[in-house]
Amino acid sequence: MVPEAEFRSYYGRPVIKAPIWHEPHMPTYLYLGGLSGASSVMAVMARLTGHDRLGRTARVAAALGASAGAGLLAAELGRPERFLNMLRVFKPTSPMSVGSWILAVQGGLSAVAASSELTGMLPAVGDAALLATGVTGPLTATYTAVLVADTAVPAWHEAYRELPFLFAGSALASAGAAGMLATPPAQAGPARAVAVLGAAMETVAGAVMERRLGPAGEPYQLGRAGVLMRSARAQAAGGGLLAAVAGRSRALAAVSGLALTAGALCTRFGILAAGRASAADPKYTVVPQRRRLDGERPT
Amino acid sequence: MAERMGFFTDTSICIGCKACEVACKEWNQLPDDGFVFEATSYDNTGALGASTWRHVAFIEQSRPVRVDSDGGDGGVDGGGDGGVDRWLMSSDVCKHCTNAACLDVCPTGALFRTEFGTVVVQADICNGCGYCVPACPFGVIDRREGDGRAWKCTMCYDRQIGGLEPACAKACPTDSIQFGPLDELRERAADRLARLHADGHAEARLYGESPDDGVGGAGAFFLLLDEPEVYGLPPDPVATTRDLPSMWRWAGAAALSLAGAVAVTFTGTFTGAFAGGRKGARR
Repeated sequence: MVPEAEFRSYYGRPVIKAPIWHEPHMPTYLYLGGLSGASSVMAVMARLTGHDRLGRTARVAAALGASAGAGLLAAELGRPERFLNMLRVFKPTSPMSVGSWILAVQGGLSAVAASSELTGMLPAVGDAALLATGVTGPLTATYTAVLVADTAVPAWHEAYRELPFLFAGSALASAGAAGMLATPPAQAGPARAVAVLGAAMETVAGAVMERRLGPAGEPYQLGRAGVLMRSARAQAAGGGLLAAVAGRSRALAAVSGLALTAGALCTRFGILAAGRASAADPKYTVVPQRRRLDGERPT
Repeated sequence: MAERMGFFTDTSICIGCKACEVACKEWNQLPDDGFVFEATSYDNTGALGASTWRHVAFIEQSRPVRVDSDGGDGGVDGGGDGGVDRWLMSSDVCKHCTNAACLDVCPTGALFRTEFGTVVVQADICNGCGYCVPACPFGVIDRREGDGRAWKCTMCYDRQIGGLEPACAKACPTDSIQFGPLDELRERAADRLARLHADGHAEARLYGESPDDGVGGAGAFFLLLDEPEVYGLPPDPVATTRDLPSMWRWAGAAALSLAGAVAVTFTGTFTGAFAGGRKGARR
């Protein structure tokens, strides 16, 4: 552990305001958005390669993830009845505005793709919508990293390079897990592979992030956030390894899928907890800024 | 657009009367934010927030008593300026940044730039998403519990439209809070700083006046007598939206990686390792 940095503050009070987003709404939405986005890409590839049964699971997961996620976001607002104000403008400087449009399109398209699949109606329209989610899906899974990184919260902003990969890995693991849980093992081979790759990406991105951040990454290691992030990594690694050896075993697939899902949720809850801890302690705000100033103007 | 208006808060003549806090509450009809004894000198307000748009900070400082090495009777180490204990007071307020992070990230357009160059929340638009709250590098704006919307200083937009100065500046008995065209205030602040330096107050410095800082300069800037962090202000604030293009590039790379990873698993030989699942599906 690095030695405690010397710094001055106003009675130890935080300089910035901590994120006020609620649990479980916000981190669960992050999970669901990831699940929906990566499931869409899985559904597209399943359609193109003829994995029909897995494709059906992925289409439904994508639609449910996006619509449940949107519901959580609305419930999260201080004025939920004004939810549609999110689509009042399109504002490139606001990742939340961009994200609202991405989610709206992703939600609509994935709902069409899933409905068509389940009812058998308008298969061409369903396929067209599905193909379009091949674009909105990856964006849905990763824009949330920009959303949290574009804040004054040091543990979030300083991590803007790794967070998208952490979120993408977590999303892949979530989608792979859902595919494994809801598809007969014989048809879930690609889902297992997606889960393994996702778990690997999630684990590596998280480790790289904490190493590169140094003192700014401390909130990911301490307290409740530390417990969540460590258990997320253990579950991702364990679930990923299990997925690699699960083969046709239904039991192993179930354990692996549940572990990966729990790991992805822990990652998202851990990110929020770390952000709050990073904002609450003025040292994370003051010390790097003071160093920056003193570096520019040596005294 | 009319001339850009601003606040110059000269903390060297603040007497900590809190008339600004009271005037702000009265004019803007802000609810109380609890009656708590904070044990932080005379400050029981704590910080700026949804219902506190002016906040007077109180810092009681004493310098250590030094015993002379020659065995003299020592004295107060005044660092050459005959210093004794001092009491810093400063009325904090929204900075109305040139590059305002709250305004940048607001997804509904509720936050907007007025004709006076200030940043204001439209209460009839805000849906309480809360994004502006962690985006502000000064920790100014907050969501009001029970109301659900974000609130902060408007620099008395309504009074300015009527040709009046903001309530806090009007009520300030020492003119520690000065309101006027920003360019004029900057000149006045430079003169005041030169005067204080000439009088031997080397610790006096301006905060937020430079258009070259991380927020492009503040519309409400300060003259401080110690480091900004002592007053609870960030030493080198940055509106993080300036890194947005880079952030989107990294997210784009991650999105492509995600798509690529899925594509590989379905098409490549990679899947072959996973116990013939693919064969089973292709029956």
